[in-house]
Amino acid sequence: MKKNIPVVSKHQPLHATFAGYLIGFLLSIYLTISAYLVVVYDTFSRNTVIAIVITLALTQFVVQAIFFLHVGKESKPRWNLIMFSFMVLVAAIIIIGSIWIMANLDYRHGVSPEELNNTIIKDEGYKP
Amino acid sequence: MSDTTTTHAATLSHRQEEDTKSTFGFWIYLMTDAILFASLFATYAVLRNNTNGGPGGQELFSLPFVLVETLLLLTSSFTVGLALLAVHRHDKQKALILLGITFALGAAFIAMELTEFAHLIQEGHSWRQSAFLSAFFTLVGTHGLHILVGLMWLSVMIVKVVREGLNRANVRKLTLLAMFWHFLDVVWIFIFSIVYLIGAA
Amino acid sequence: MNSFASGLLGKLSWDALQHDIIVTGGQVSMVLAALTVVGLLFYFKRWKWLWNNWLTTVDPKKIGIMYLIAATLMLLRGAVDAGMMRAQQALASGASDGFLSSEHFQQIFSAHGTIMIFFVAMGLMFGLINLIVPLQIGARDVAFPFLNATSFWLYAAGLMLINLSLMVGEFSAAGWLAYPPLSGIAYSPGVGVDYWIWSLQIAGIGSTLAGINFIVTILKMRCPGMTMMKMPMFSWSVLSSMALVVVAFPILTATLAMLALDRTLGMHFFTAESGGNPMMYINLIWAWGHPEVYILILPAFGIFSEIVATFARKRLFGYKSMVWALMAITVLSFVVWLHHFFTMGAGANVNAFFGIMTMIIAVPTGVKLFNWLFTMYRGRIRFTSPMLWFMGFVVTFTIGGVTGVMMSVPAIDFQLHNSLFLVAHFHNMIIGGVVFGYFAGITYWFPKIFGFSLNERLGKYAAWCWIVGFVVAFLPLYILGIMGATRRLESYDSSMGWQGLFVVAGFGAAIIMLGVTFQILQVIVSIINRKDNLDTTGDHWDARTLEWSTSSPAPHYNFAVLPVVTRRDDFWESKQSKRKNTDKPNYQPIHMPKNTPVGLYIGMLSLITGFAIVWHIIWLIPVAVVAIILLIIIRTSNTNSTFTVSVAEIKKHEAARLLTKGKTL
Repeated sequence: MKKNIPVVSKHQPLHATFAGYLIGFLLSIYLTISAYLVVVYDTFSRNTVIAIVITLALTQFVVQAIFFLHVGKESKPRWNLIMFSFMVLVAAIIIIGSIWIMANLDYRHGVSPEELNNTIIKDEGYKP
Repeated sequence: MSDTTTTHAATLSHRQEEDTKSTFGFWIYLMTDAILFASLFATYAVLRNNTNGGPGGQELFSLPFVLVETLLLLTSSFTVGLALLAVHRHDKQKALILLGITFALGAAFIAMELTEFAHLIQEGHSWRQSAFLSAFFTLVGTHGLHILVGLMWLSVMIVKVVREGLNRANVRKLTLLAMFWHFLDVVWIFIFSIVYLIGAA
Repeated sequence: MNSFASGLLGKLSWDALQHDIIVTGGQVSMVLAALTVVGLLFYFKRWKWLWNNWLTTVDPKKIGIMYLIAATLMLLRGAVDAGMMRAQQALASGASDGFLSSEHFQQIFSAHGTIMIFFVAMGLMFGLINLIVPLQIGARDVAFPFLNATSFWLYAAGLMLINLSLMVGEFSAAGWLAYPPLSGIAYSPGVGVDYWIWSLQIAGIGSTLAGINFIVTILKMRCPGMTMMKMPMFSWSVLSSMALVVVAFPILTATLAMLALDRTLGMHFFTAESGGNPMMYINLIWAWGHPEVYILILPAFGIFSEIVATFARKRLFGYKSMVWALMAITVLSFVVWLHHFFTMGAGANVNAFFGIMTMIIAVPTGVKLFNWLFTMYRGRIRFTSPMLWFMGFVVTFTIGGVTGVMMSVPAIDFQLHNSLFLVAHFHNMIIGGVVFGYFAGITYWFPKIFGFSLNERLGKYAAWCWIVGFVVAFLPLYILGIMGATRRLESYDSSMGWQGLFVVAGFGAAIIMLGVTFQILQVIVSIINRKDNLDTTGDHWDARTLEWSTSSPAPHYNFAVLPVVTRRDDFWESKQSKRKNTDKPNYQPIHMPKNTPVGLYIGMLSLITGFAIVWHIIWLIPVAVVAIILLIIIRTSNTNSTFTVSVAEIKKHEAARLLTKGKTL
């Protein structure tokens, strides 16, 4: 057994390498500081800033998942990956679903009847 | 004679099986924890503007402070990974040093977070003031509680490694601990981005 | 009370013990029952036996029995609640006021729902899963036996906490889901909602841990040769259900925590002021709540798959489509939850999306139903009591399903939401689906678990009473709901003219009670006659799956030699080929986990923690929590947690088994 390739066992090669951790670390620093600078240096509109920050966050999520948590690196059957994907799906549904639903709850609220009519025509395409 | 060797081989693979079950089971636990955080994130997202006339993120968050916190935690995630590499090379000394550094960075992170919380509360902006603050303290505080549990676990493991060395059980537990620590840094990416950066934008 | 006492005992005072006559009656019954059990244990000198065989066990077969007993006891409590409600409404929809005050009625329906879902349905489910899944996949144990025991004791702690609420203090009057702002501290300042929160929080953590345990068990511990597509359908359904558990229960944990934070630390998640949004609670609780009902029904579907194939003496029709239907239901159950609050104010686009998804999720369930029917077609059917439960399920669950599709149309739901139509619908699904399924499963697997079979005739009487009783109790509620009757009211104006229907519903409840009586009789008679009904072969029904290849009951290590399978229903196929296996079995020593009291201790400390939080006994909370943490550290440092079953002992058991097998015929 070579001294500098750590193994868990003959049957299960270790997914981790120094190079992997280093790449993950450096990429994460880069993505963190980029997001920080985008916010602190007030150059974009708020919506653009939000979009950029979220994209950078999701990218760093993938980076850390791959390089630190070794997602997707196991041999078949990839149960870890399946559970991970299911979790991501459900988390996305909960977060996006909740935001969508809760923002929609005052659909008929706080607007005049005429405004409501116009909104319904615009959103749903028919005259109530 | 052949009976003993078969038994021995069977026992070895039995222990490997146990290790696989442990890591898989712990991975699923992390997935449940992720959903817990997702629920808290969803709540934060919905209540983020409900400041009850009080201050919001723009007024309260100090981004340079949080950047330092973030880099501390990120570095600790790196060092715990390196610690695991040392563990699998059976390098007890290096592993202990790296675990110790991880602990120090994690403790520094918590110290900064507690400072931030204390400051907010002293200024009258506790979780009682508004829904936004309730959501903030709960989301960030739950993460902080997890880090505290991680620090406790880390200190117990350091003591165990000093006393028992890198035996099979300790290697297995350190693997789980590293998974836990990486997971907490992943959650922090979203707290940093969505709560602090977007909140202060 | 002086300040020392309030420091020591929090909000506890003698007032907490004062109750009205009906509640006192309930307390007296529970105390008498407990004293009887304790008395019997003393009389028969069985304390050591109880400790060694049950309280410290890590054997899922024993843990399963404990779940079933606990769930059955809670079923009795929930049924008494139901009986009281039916009686009250039958009386109070006419000239009388009934016998229950509005406040008491509200606590009763809150307790009824909470107990039935969390402690009866979940208890029966985990009981059967523990008893059968390891055997069915050819494994000796679950993946994490100690964690499994802890899960049971956490369930038990939640169960004891909710029963304590009947003795000390009060229970929640905010419904089985405790919507804020009613459940917030401002409108429910008493301890009731706190009992509700912590009882569920503790039991919920037990469920989540059990979910993890069984996923790892099913994915990693199947016997050699059992690929996923050769696994029995019950195990597949359990896998789907546990996958739902692990992603849904954390939502409940977070939501209960936030409600607790509102109540105890003055936070504003769901308050009516300071920016809180009570509707977010409803959104989150149903994001858990809808997957929860699928968690409950999927194992019941799995049970029916086993039962139909066994008693039609034909392999399950459409195995692959059954698996795909389970996967589809698992994913789809996460995109329908808004149908529980169509009327909360969302616009038509949002309501329409969730309405359509709700209709779509009915399709895979329909696929399963047709597959069962196709399995029966051209089979040689034996109409045993499990089959009778199945037939009752087919009729009632279908009715409940179509009323669900009715309400998935938001426009219709606006009329029927929170009416008795809704109440009838979900009881239809839960009784017709979940309850009938678990009763069928208990009857079917009873010989395997206890070594003797249940009296078939009494079982059929029970099933008929439940089926007829359900129809008589709940069809009137559908009618009342359409006519405008709102749910959760303890009286209805007599001018509505509804008393007749409520009386009919009351009779239906009485018929169900008769069914329960038959079930209790069935158990007693079967125990008395057990020597005449011994299951000597281990295969009482001439069934198809691996659990029937062991003795009844199975030895604590399940299999002397781990089975090797090559096809689906391998046990059945081996029986058909009639080839005698003359190879000498190669027995090896078996490593099994030792018993431990730590799971019990963690459960009891959790009970103490919950009680302390409810009554604000502040000093006790960190003491109990630290004790739990210390126990976990001690337990995980334990290197001596297994023992070895010797080859001699295995040989002895197998020889005894051959002897009893020879005695039949």
